[in-house]
Amino acid sequence: MDILRSERSRIVVSLGLLSGAFILFAGAVGMIEAFHEREVVDKFISLGQLLMLLAPFAVGFVAASRMAHTDASALTLLVCGAGVGILTAIPTVILLLFNSEEFRFLLDLTLKLLPLAVASYFAWQRYRAGADPRLVAGAWLAIAVLIGIVTYSFALVFEIKGELRTVLVNINRDWVDVVTFDHRKELMTGILTLCLATVASGCVGAIFHLIPDAPRRALLYGLGVTFLVGAFGETVRLILQEHLDRDTLKEIFRRDTLRQNAALALFVVSTVTGFLWAMFGQNLRHGISTMEYSQRRVLNGIGMLLFVAILLSLPWLIGRTLSDVAVTIGIFVLMGLGLNIAIGLAGLLDLGYVTNYAVGAYILAVLTSIGPLGLLKGTFNFWTVIPVALLAAMTAGFIFAMPVLRMRGDYLAIATLGFGEIIGKLAISDWLKPLIGGAQGVQAIPKPVFLGAELKNPEQLYYIVLVACLVTLFVSIRLNNSRTGRQWMAIREDEDVATAMGIDTARAKLLAFTLSAATGGVAGAIFAAKVGTVFPNSFTVFISINVLSLIIVGGIASNPGIVVGAIVLIGMPELLREFSDFRFMMYGALLILMMIKRPQGFIPSKIVTHEVRQGVKLKPAAAE
Amino acid sequence: MALLEVNGIHTYYGNIHALKGVSFEVDTGEIIALIGSNGAGKTTTLRTISGLMTPREGSVNYDGEVISNTRADMLVSKGISMVPEGRGVFAKLTVEENLDMGAYIRRDGAIKEDLKGAFSLFPRLQERRKQVAGTLSGGEQQMLAIARALMSKPRLLLLDEPSMGLAPVLVDGVFETVQRIANEGVTILLVEQNAHMALQIADRGYVLQSGEVAISDTAANLQKNETVKKTYLGID
Ligand SMILES: Nc1ncnc2c1ncn2[C@@H]1O[C@H](COP(=O)(O)OP(=O)(O)OP(=O)(O)O)[C@@H](O)[C@H]1O
Ligand SMILES: [Mg+2]
Repeated sequence: MDILRSERSRIVVSLGLLSGAFILFAGAVGMIEAFHEREVVDKFISLGQLLMLLAPFAVGFVAASRMAHTDASALTLLVCGAGVGILTAIPTVILLLFNSEEFRFLLDLTLKLLPLAVASYFAWQRYRAGADPRLVAGAWLAIAVLIGIVTYSFALVFEIKGELRTVLVNINRDWVDVVTFDHRKELMTGILTLCLATVASGCVGAIFHLIPDAPRRALLYGLGVTFLVGAFGETVRLILQEHLDRDTLKEIFRRDTLRQNAALALFVVSTVTGFLWAMFGQNLRHGISTMEYSQRRVLNGIGMLLFVAILLSLPWLIGRTLSDVAVTIGIFVLMGLGLNIAIGLAGLLDLGYVTNYAVGAYILAVLTSIGPLGLLKGTFNFWTVIPVALLAAMTAGFIFAMPVLRMRGDYLAIATLGFGEIIGKLAISDWLKPLIGGAQGVQAIPKPVFLGAELKNPEQLYYIVLVACLVTLFVSIRLNNSRTGRQWMAIREDEDVATAMGIDTARAKLLAFTLSAATGGVAGAIFAAKVGTVFPNSFTVFISINVLSLIIVGGIASNPGIVVGAIVLIGMPELLREFSDFRFMMYGALLILMMIKRPQGFIPSKIVTHEVRQGVKLKPAAAE
Repeated sequence: MALLEVNGIHTYYGNIHALKGVSFEVDTGEIIALIGSNGAGKTTTLRTISGLMTPREGSVNYDGEVISNTRADMLVSKGISMVPEGRGVFAKLTVEENLDMGAYIRRDGAIKEDLKGAFSLFPRLQERRKQVAGTLSGGEQQMLAIARALMSKPRLLLLDEPSMGLAPVLVDGVFETVQRIANEGVTILLVEQNAHMALQIADRGYVLQSGEVAISDTAANLQKNETVKKTYLGID
């Protein structure tokens, strides 16, 4: 009993059950099965199985590192890793048993005995606490009946239907196939395989904690690279197919999956690179930092040139499909940079950013469409409308900012949320139908024409987005370093004190909203030109939330952060289309994880780091 | 003519009648102490002068001009600077950035010089110029708040309880600094709970009671005044 109460076993049990619950849940919602469709390494392991093994691996590592201070021996850590692994498997194993023909009686038994057991446990506790026996008996009866009603009805359902699937739709044969590593027919072998696999990855997790830092990082790096290439096999193949001939490609990929040899080679190469970097990277960085200033500038220049070259040749490097994704990412980067003016620079929480996007899109649609709703067929082209869309969005931003200037924090957020909803409803309304087509939207929007050539491919649109992003980036950096930027900084930190510094806060806020709206308009216009049609249901609150999340995940007020945020939150889901059912679930999980583990974002800005590290709290904002 | 004239102002928070006809004046170069118990309306008076609140009746004249309806941020460019109650430094900015922010309204090139001036007034801040203001000690934050207010080159400095929450040793330092600032020609309106210290450096003083001026006299006389002694100096 003692050993069960020790700190170590508490860690093992809680972490093990956590990962067990995770796997059970992932299976029950159909995630494991869906992920199984995608193989990471050909005929070796699928994404679904990796998902299953990743959990014990991670908690095995965490368990080992939590025990580091108790000077546990290596063997103890291994045992703990194994313990975590076995606990991970247990919930799934139980479900497997319940699901099988032979052991279904266990489920029946459990369902029928559970209420009695639970009731007896509580009754006994009460009794030991010295409660009146009559009361104890009453409580026992009440609990047993209450829980019994539920479990007995479940038991009834299962008896009639005979299968778990009727209640848990995703607990089906395919699920069994995945979790037993294709041993559906021999259940016991399957269960054993599952346990062995989770125990092994739990142990590996613990071992990972034991090996020294440099090789560990190298291994993690190697595994990570192999995993990414394998998981995004289709994407990587699309990129490579632009530059390699068919036969070489076939050596590496079987359809969209990495072949075993290729995977092994990739793993070895990336691990070795990782190891070399871990060993000598420090020296290299040190060497660079001690270099002469002029030399360092040359190095910086080369880096910049390389970066620009990659940016410019990106569509050629990655091919059409991915260029399309890049354009979408770019549109969101553009919006992120814009919204960042309000949120990151001025600290104004704007949840209605979709407004500007919609205004830009509809302005472009109505002014350039050659369909029935086009106002000025042919007179306006993409290039002349872009400034109009920009001005229109700024006007919208200005008008919507007016009534909310006196609000702060949460109140401001709710008000702007309202504006976003209003725009959505206006777009779909009958009232504006003659102008913007109601639910049918506006069709037949021509592509931009540049020097007589129609820019209809994503590879070409990419450059428009790139230029727009670079211009926005330039403007927002300049703004941040200007007097206006300082006004915003002061307002973000403390509006009252900002006033005391002589800052006209109302004007500064108005300016922030107006400028922030501008790029939203441009993004909307580019989006409309890219898609060729504009529907009201493209402009939901999710756009606002997406843009806000990518800023927060990337790092508030950090421009590189916004790009990373857009790639992670917009680009990855585009590449993982087949899992779109789970998109918002993973999205939500990522947000929660980020806020707990890295609230300052992937690439935090300086000020936000101050805030998070030192725990300096903002004064709670209040409405006036 | 007085630099600042407050003429019978009535200021309200909604229905709460906080100032009931407060009048006083401040001449150029003076240090004026405004004392009174909690809730007497001292902060409200400063907020009204600095433009954060508008009086419903009465007026505030500054340099011969009515300013009761002028926005707070515009008064800063006219030379009125306030150190708010509870300091109010920009917690996430560094000391230097805070001071920079204080010079926000200025466009002249002498800001660097004044930064040096601020650091010579508060050497402590120089040591900590790269430190984030929120991590300064209470006393250092108070110094920063005062230094920052000076960065806008004010003619009239409004100080709301600069000694609040400071150790007695530091309190002496703060009042010394206030005296030094006054010697450099800045007119000072000082709100204080610590009436004893305030009256020692002030030229004249006003005692505020439930939103009205109860007593007004020279600082020396106020220190001898029986009521003041009993209520605000704690001497029987
Ligand atoms: N925001 C507010 N809303 C309503 N009433 C307020 C508000 N601020 C102050 N008051 C009231 O106005 C009166 C004067 O307050 P004020 O803050 O000017 O007092 P004070 O003299 O500065 O006191 P202290 O020495 O405690 O700072 C008090 O009765 C206070 O309750
Ligand atoms: Mg006060």
